[in-house]
Amino acid sequence: MKRLMLGNEAIARGAYEAGVRVATAYPGTPSTEITEFAAKYDEIYAEWSPNEKVALEVAIGASFAGARAMVAMKHVGLNVAADPLFTVSYTGVNAGLVIIVADDPGMHSSQNEQDSRYYARASQVPMLEPADSQEALDFVKLAFELSEEYDTPVLIRLTTRIAHSQSIVTLGERMDIKLKDYKKLPDKNVMMPAMARKRHVEVERRMKALADAANDLWINRIEMGDTSIGIIASGIVYQYAKEALPNASFLKLGMVNPLPRRLIESFASKVRKLYVIEELEPVLEEQIKSWGIPVIGKEIFPVQGELSANMIVEKIAGRAPDVRPAQDLPPRPPVMCPGCPHRGIYYVMKKLRFHATGDIGCYTLGALPPLEAIDTCVCMGASVGMAHGMEKARGRDFSRRLVAVIGDSTFIHSGITGLIDIVYNQGTSTVVILDNYTTGMTGHQDHPGTGRTIKGEAITPLNLVNLIKAIGIEHVRVVDPFDLEEVEKVLKEETQREEPSVVIAQRPCALLSKEMKAPLSIDRDTCRLCGVCLRLGCPAIEKKSDGMHINQALCNGCGLCIKVCKFGAIRRAGE
Amino acid sequence: MDTRSILIVGVGGQGTLLASRILGSLFVDLGYDVKISEVHGMAQRGGSVVTHVRYGTKVFSPLVEPGTADILLAFEKMEALRWIHFLKEQGRAIINSQEIEPMSMIMGAYEYPKDLEDRIRNVCPGAVFFDALAVAKELGNIKVANTVLIGVLARFLNVEPLMWEKAIKTAVPPKTIEVNLKAFHRGYNSELS
Repeated sequence: MKRLMLGNEAIARGAYEAGVRVATAYPGTPSTEITEFAAKYDEIYAEWSPNEKVALEVAIGASFAGARAMVAMKHVGLNVAADPLFTVSYTGVNAGLVIIVADDPGMHSSQNEQDSRYYARASQVPMLEPADSQEALDFVKLAFELSEEYDTPVLIRLTTRIAHSQSIVTLGERMDIKLKDYKKLPDKNVMMPAMARKRHVEVERRMKALADAANDLWINRIEMGDTSIGIIASGIVYQYAKEALPNASFLKLGMVNPLPRRLIESFASKVRKLYVIEELEPVLEEQIKSWGIPVIGKEIFPVQGELSANMIVEKIAGRAPDVRPAQDLPPRPPVMCPGCPHRGIYYVMKKLRFHATGDIGCYTLGALPPLEAIDTCVCMGASVGMAHGMEKARGRDFSRRLVAVIGDSTFIHSGITGLIDIVYNQGTSTVVILDNYTTGMTGHQDHPGTGRTIKGEAITPLNLVNLIKAIGIEHVRVVDPFDLEEVEKVLKEETQREEPSVVIAQRPCALLSKEMKAPLSIDRDTCRLCGVCLRLGCPAIEKKSDGMHINQALCNGCGLCIKVCKFGAIRRAGE
Repeated sequence: MDTRSILIVGVGGQGTLLASRILGSLFVDLGYDVKISEVHGMAQRGGSVVTHVRYGTKVFSPLVEPGTADILLAFEKMEALRWIHFLKEQGRAIINSQEIEPMSMIMGAYEYPKDLEDRIRNVCPGAVFFDALAVAKELGNIKVANTVLIGVLARFLNVEPLMWEKAIKTAVPPKTIEVNLKAFHRGYNSELS
């Protein structure tokens, strides 16, 4: 059967067909849908783990216990999971273990564009890179075979344009893979120095064997065409290059670590001019050059952002495609949605002129005008530790006007450890948890606090108040972010305390809220054009030459603007 | 057949993804190779969004390059102009006349351009403007504006309406099939300016 499938769905399908029993993840664009799709198969146990490190550890446990296991994350998630990665490289596996990592060149939805291929090299783990959805499916199945044959975890690298592109796949049957026996193997599974020294030797032997086998692996293939130009590429870049120069000769790499040296040398000898085209870092190029093979790469291609077919034509064929210039227009960056619960807190924080360390999620958008309510965004959970660091650096007076702002899912991911640090090291920070009952930015995934698993089962939700009290914070206040007076009062009180405190602002994400109220409108005769409502940064409120308007197609009637209007000019229809 | 390209642009939340899924389903049924590239994550929150649809005998890249789109389907007027250079010389633009102001305008840093239609027609004289939101409102569901636009687009592709109906039934949520089919036919049978 043939179907159009998102790359991420094809990864899940590959896992299903490969007989995977356990699939874990923490959501992160562009990897999120992999585990959502995997969870739809009854044969697969799937979970949202609290963070990527736990997700990988659960998968390692499943693999050791004899079940094929897959874990998925975005590129920066692999930083969180790097600790187990480097050591599971030493232990190897029992049943197959495959780690999917989705890079985001061009940073469509990320805070950096690190290249995960370096992780494959650094941790001595093989890495495959599919170029469309069919390959995504096929490579997952191959990865499980390689994992078991070479006793190694296997990484599969996606990029946004593979993860979030649909192409046609042919579906297969699920393989009947039995649970493997579980044996206690201390020499292999207990990585203390004496055992690890021996395992490191095994790792080197395995990677040498894989590098040798890579020369004949079907996913590394030569497509000879015009021999004046030879191109080495993998993943989406292969597609761009085929689009740009369909007649050139290609060495398409399906395995990007380790590299097939003999195959590359043979291809290089057959073409007049050799190019290696890769997005982000010169990972292939530096290795190929180190073997004395002349190849052109980053001299002409950038290390930042995405490549494109037009760019490849221009750089290699020297023809600039005939393109009209882009029009000069005001930009349209993303914004917090109409009705977003974060808007209330940010409005008050801005009013109080607070500084705030921020975190990763929809609420990071609060850094943009007009709210400009947060000062920083580094990584998951960083807001909490950073607020503590700011207090220790600048003193108590500074921290009286400083809060950390973090979402519910992000807090559980890695904010909690920072909070323990504040208690332990006698900080007085105030942490604001924006609890919208979901993982918002990635498209509404459940987490331990929502009361549901990825499979939709009801569970007892994590009680944030009890958790925070248990680590030694006495002052935990729960507020409605749309109760502006209460928010202001609570923020003022808590930041003045000579001890740490937490404010939990609870209101469901506007996109999840079933309650859709009638749109509001502004009465022109009452409106004095003071512009206070514009300071909310609501995309539904517009200033036109004839006055303020509320866009009826965007407004969801949340009513926050009614509260800030001093003249009572904003009304609900029928009131 | 050479690869053909359709670029769907709009503002995050307008339903461009569903439109691309209807097209994808249609082109698969017609026996083409198809690739679609979508935007998820942060840009979906009210930002400028673009979905690429390519189909033909064999499609390599899922991305439409500037100067190569056969059709630009725009859900918002200013976004139409932002992406118009992706059209090829003889390309066709189908544009929803809805206007959504970005935050920079809400803050008064810019005005929403008044000469958008002229600027678009300067580049693409045959551009078609259509108020899909008004039709969707008449049908009682503003969310089907995207299917109304698909109906308008369908007039320019030589494909039987029955095939379109099948694709719509596959792509939209089951409960909304009826209203989406109505929306499609309203677009398909409308008078165009």
